[in-house]
Amino acid sequence: MSLRPASGPALARTALALAPVLVLTGCGTAGGETGSPSDGGTLAFALAADPSCVDPQQSGNNQALNVGRQVVDSLTDQDPETGEIVPWLAEDWEVSDDADEYTFHLRDGVTFSDGEPLDAEAVRANFDTVSELGALAELGSSYLGGYAGTEVHDDLSLTVRFDDPNAQFLQATSTMSLGLVSPVSLEETTPEQRCQGEYEGSGPFTLDSYEPEQQVTTTAREDYDWSSERTEHTGPARLDGIDFRIVPESGVRTGALLSGEVDAIADIPPQDEERFEGDDVQVLTRPNPGIPFNLHPNLASPTFDDPAIVQALQLAVDRQEIVDTVLSERYPVAAGPLAEVTDHAAGTGDGLQHDPEAAAELLDEAGWTEGGDGVRTKDGEPLELDVIFSPLFNANETVLELLQQQFRDLGVDLELRSMTPAEYDTVQQDGDYDLAWYNLTRTDPDVLRTLFHTEYADRTGLGEEDELDALLADQAATSDPGERADLVEQAESHIIEEGYIVPVFEFAQIHGLGQHVHGVEFEASSRLSFYEAWTED
Amino acid sequence: MGRHAHAVARRTRPAGFGTAGPGTGTVTRYVLRRLFQALLVLWAAYTATFALLYLLPSDPVSLMLRGGGEESFATPEQEAELRERWGFDQPPAIQYLTMLGLALTGDLGTSLTTGQPVVAALAEALPPTAQLAGAALVTAVLLGGGVAVAATYTRSPLLARFLTALPPVGVAMPTFWVGLVLVQVVSFQWGLLTALGGETSAAGLVLPALTLSLPVAALIAQVLSDGLRAELARPHTTTARAKGASRARVHLAHALSGGVLPTLTLVGVVTGELLAGAVVVETVFSRPGIGRITATAVEAQDLPLVQGVVLLAAVVFVLANLLVDLLLPLLDPRVRIGARRPGGAAA
Repeated sequence: MSLRPASGPALARTALALAPVLVLTGCGTAGGETGSPSDGGTLAFALAADPSCVDPQQSGNNQALNVGRQVVDSLTDQDPETGEIVPWLAEDWEVSDDADEYTFHLRDGVTFSDGEPLDAEAVRANFDTVSELGALAELGSSYLGGYAGTEVHDDLSLTVRFDDPNAQFLQATSTMSLGLVSPVSLEETTPEQRCQGEYEGSGPFTLDSYEPEQQVTTTAREDYDWSSERTEHTGPARLDGIDFRIVPESGVRTGALLSGEVDAIADIPPQDEERFEGDDVQVLTRPNPGIPFNLHPNLASPTFDDPAIVQALQLAVDRQEIVDTVLSERYPVAAGPLAEVTDHAAGTGDGLQHDPEAAAELLDEAGWTEGGDGVRTKDGEPLELDVIFSPLFNANETVLELLQQQFRDLGVDLELRSMTPAEYDTVQQDGDYDLAWYNLTRTDPDVLRTLFHTEYADRTGLGEEDELDALLADQAATSDPGERADLVEQAESHIIEEGYIVPVFEFAQIHGLGQHVHGVEFEASSRLSFYEAWTED
Repeated sequence: MGRHAHAVARRTRPAGFGTAGPGTGTVTRYVLRRLFQALLVLWAAYTATFALLYLLPSDPVSLMLRGGGEESFATPEQEAELRERWGFDQPPAIQYLTMLGLALTGDLGTSLTTGQPVVAALAEALPPTAQLAGAALVTAVLLGGGVAVAATYTRSPLLARFLTALPPVGVAMPTFWVGLVLVQVVSFQWGLLTALGGETSAAGLVLPALTLSLPVAALIAQVLSDGLRAELARPHTTTARAKGASRARVHLAHALSGGVLPTLTLVGVVTGELLAGAVVVETVFSRPGIGRITATAVEAQDLPLVQGVVLLAAVVFVLANLLVDLLLPLLDPRVRIGARRPGGAAA
């Protein structure tokens, strides 16, 4: 175990440093955009980890969602640029004023790859199943929170009802977590079998095989003719198929791309990024929507009885320095509790300045004075905080080390507690920490409700917070986009002003593509779509 | 083989086993006793793993929902449902007995992370790992044996010193580093031998097997050269030399047959090295196998899968040790099957 992820990157770097000459020998075919979308070819894409479960309804990890997006279609699609919801399998829809009834009118003639028609009954079977799966379909069932059932009007129209207003549902219908699977698959296979790839979708690619820890293979469907409204072309996908190869070691992925053994690779860690600068390789990147990487205070801890502390930390973080020195320009500086590409994210304007002097002033006023050893004290108590984190994103530790220095300048001692996911989970549940370090990916701002509404897990330890609870409940019940954006913005400002969070940087997806690969795109949740992709010969 | 088997029978019979019937009966009884012991070992391994996983912080449900520190979207009710679905709401003793009962019928349960039956997952992962470990073992024996024989045979003190220094270096080099350097240089820089999908081709097996074999080869070289040196200092090799046997013959026939015995007792360590090394090697070379399964299962605390892997490893250990215990008497007449002490009467 000790030889796995944590030590991997460090050892990999050592190995790279010691390998006599590296492989930075581009083949010099940077032809730019000279080709045209030629049909055909199979794309080899290296994933960083095994998807474990390739059913997008059940799985929440990026690998599984990147595979699943190609195999299942959704009722709607979301424009990653504007956030607008556009028709896909549903040609049209109506939402009730209090956002608890959604009526969809389906496109005619759509079939699953087993030949079953994609009709209103099929949609109902899917929503019923996902809702029943509960925590097994963690994302999908949360999108269907308060699901009261689906009424089928005729072959092509249906109404989904909720007990309570559920404004995020329309956006949720665009995700692969609510992607549609053949009713025959749902009926005849167990959730475990679907995890292993035994299901049929209506997507542009069909799943041929899933060999755990090795590869997932897909083939384009020749009769596919129902791409979403925002795609450039219609009809079948341009590729013949995609082979997702599982290559866990980042140095090997990089080498495999540069040597042409694969066409594209996922998840380039920051320390490998410079190997791509100036090379014959394209970098495909997009920040993740949702909650950025933040320090999340455990306000139930007595350390934070004084609200000035978190507010001072917010001002003391030099976000630009972090991005410039230990990450890269591809990771945006966090501007608020929601990443910029999240729907309705407003940021907090000038609410997140780097102002160490103001930070020091706040602490001075609160009675935390500089002690002899550079750590502030109050009533003899030193200002010492600990932060728990799990080094799953391998730059976590270096980012936190830099934060440690920045806080040190303010007179705050930050202790880094790196732990396994299991340990982390226990410590967080027990509330035995001051700050926790994590992010959370979701395109809809309703993610704030999961994290901050006190009826949920309340990791922040808010106890009672009626004002914020009301804002978060209201945005979930407002179907008007303008009104909703306004409520989200108020919630964002409230969270920053009250010191419930110290935003640092936005997580980003960074993939590498050979120059001969075109048309691979991010969808709105920053997962990949290969529908438009093609390769030059 | 035939000649050796005969030798065992001939040698065991007169030495205190007269009433136990023919030698084959003794061997059968011995094997049965060892099998019983093996079952005890398997049960102990199974139980210890359960206890260990149970004592670890967190649990598979929580890890699945919150692994990596992201907050879960699931409600507490949904989380409770999931626990119930997998039986984690039961007291540990009940969980243990249920799992053990099913295991006795050959049902090791279903992986919590992949939904695949554990037996199927192991059956799928075993062939590539067996292939890798087998190739690595052969390579290690040839490499390690070669170095040991050469180091003790050569008359050049400089070469001898160089060869003797190799094993410690081999043991000290981290498998992870060796694998990455080989991939970078051989696969990517020279364009020889694929770095990915090694399972499907013999060419893809070369680098991983070589990487995995190095620490084992180093171990074999170290122990074998010690054994050879000890054997070369013994009177029987002096006698052989006095009788006019060539230097090579003394070395390879007389010294090696005795000098190899301590190496055989390494089998447990070597099996361990191979299984542990597979975790790293399979990751670096993107190969499926038991090592990869082990790593992911332990990380996710995928209880049924971890139990399955531990059972499999225990079976491999038990079989490997049994094989050596059965082989040893064939190679060394002083060691007798079932005997408590060399030359003494068994109970």
